[in-house]
Amino acid sequence: MSDSYFSQPGALHRRTFLRVAGASAATASLVLAGCSTDTPTPTPVNPNLLTLGSADTGLLNYLYLLEQLKTAFYQKVVDAPPADLRTGEKAIFDDLRDHELVHRETLRYILGTDAFDAALSKPLAFDFSSLTLTTRAGVLAGAQQLEDLGVAAYTGALRLLKTITTVSLLAKVVSVEARHAALVRDLRTPGSFAGDDVVISTGALQSVSLAKTPVQVVAEAKAFFLPIVVSTDSLPTA
Amino acid sequence: MNFFKIIEQLAEVDSDALGRFDSRRAVFQSLGTFAKRSALATTPVLLGSMFQKAYAGTSVDTPIDILNYALTLELLEADFYRQFVAAGTATGAGVAAIAQIKKHEDAHVALLTNVIKALGGTPKTGVKFKTSAFPAAYADQLVVAQVLEDTGVRAYKGRAAELTATADQNITGIGNVNLLTVALQIHSVEARHASHIRYMRGKNPWVTTGEDVSSNAAYTGAIPESNVTQAGFNLTTQLGTPYSAADVAASFDEPLTPAEVLDMSRAGGLVG
Repeated sequence: MSDSYFSQPGALHRRTFLRVAGASAATASLVLAGCSTDTPTPTPVNPNLLTLGSADTGLLNYLYLLEQLKTAFYQKVVDAPPADLRTGEKAIFDDLRDHELVHRETLRYILGTDAFDAALSKPLAFDFSSLTLTTRAGVLAGAQQLEDLGVAAYTGALRLLKTITTVSLLAKVVSVEARHAALVRDLRTPGSFAGDDVVISTGALQSVSLAKTPVQVVAEAKAFFLPIVVSTDSLPTA
Repeated sequence: MNFFKIIEQLAEVDSDALGRFDSRRAVFQSLGTFAKRSALATTPVLLGSMFQKAYAGTSVDTPIDILNYALTLELLEADFYRQFVAAGTATGAGVAAIAQIKKHEDAHVALLTNVIKALGGTPKTGVKFKTSAFPAAYADQLVVAQVLEDTGVRAYKGRAAELTATADQNITGIGNVNLLTVALQIHSVEARHASHIRYMRGKNPWVTTGEDVSSNAAYTGAIPESNVTQAGFNLTTQLGTPYSAADVAASFDEPLTPAEVLDMSRAGGLVG
């Protein structure tokens, strides 16, 4: 794993220090600073902390990460489909994998060198141990969790973007994710395509779907990223 | 493709259409530059992006206009499902599904009406689904439902970006809402409906090429549902690994412009 895509505050500080230390004129003040007693307590460095960047790029990286997660999930399913899948369902999972793969690759190409993993030697691995991938019920439960979360993530993130063309592009993706979500829900529980747990059923906002902030989404998905800890600190919040 | 024909038609609905481009010469120059760089010059995508450029930043429509446009479609859908339920043709699990979708469309009408009022606008009313366009057979009613839902998805998408980076609004009775988020929250419910109606029909839940409804105008347009180019990349050839046109097209839903949606060949022809 390349250091450059994971926060290394310690390393950065050190580099800054060396650059400053190299300027001889500043040496005297550095020595004085070294005598100062209010040395800040060093923040512990988490080598597994993944930061996503800021502004629109950070948000694209966040959605790119979620597309990676879904692609990896479906890839696992189609590589070893549960024995009790029903006729035609393997083909559905193939399609779902293909769509998520196209989404993932599109975002990767748009991000280019800004992709959080552009310099990684191998793609991020995900931890699906919280799911049961050996049964139809288990993979459908996992698919529903990821698809509903994906829809809520896109729906909540687009208002934070500043670029109109990016909003236009991602709006093309979110409705396909909603189609996926409705399908896997129908496969799991017939008629649950827009169940009350994802479409608000009471109050002034009834009949609209959930929208979640990056903080909420990452909190819900954090088990899949382990041992990586995804930081949303640099992402816009308004 | 007759490029000037498009401009002329555009000028009919927007008298300033030509003024949005620097000049006819500039249009041709940009066409030439693009043509040299890529073979996309003859595709609608290039035209689409050119018009997008010409119209970018124009704010002829206020959020109230955009919401009223959405309300028009929701009223049309709500009245369609009112007729659907009244027809009593649905069977089995279809009864509950149609009832639930109707409930959602009714609630979308109420929500948009409230928001438009709160913003000081006059909400659209009285849009009805043309009774003569309502088919007798259940299977045909489901086809219309699918076309309407897919159109709704495309219509919201066509305008959502106009609400990019708008400030939250404090709406009486609802609280602080972001209009883009609300539009997307409705949009994804429409997509869930479309998915389910398609599932009920035994079709793919996503828009695929070569479907029984593919020739319906609802799936055509300046950017048809069969589009394979996103963000300047031809996704079938330019992502390192080749992907099939079918997968690529199914992975993205495409927008329709208001003029396209309200055209007589699409939703406009169902109002009556």
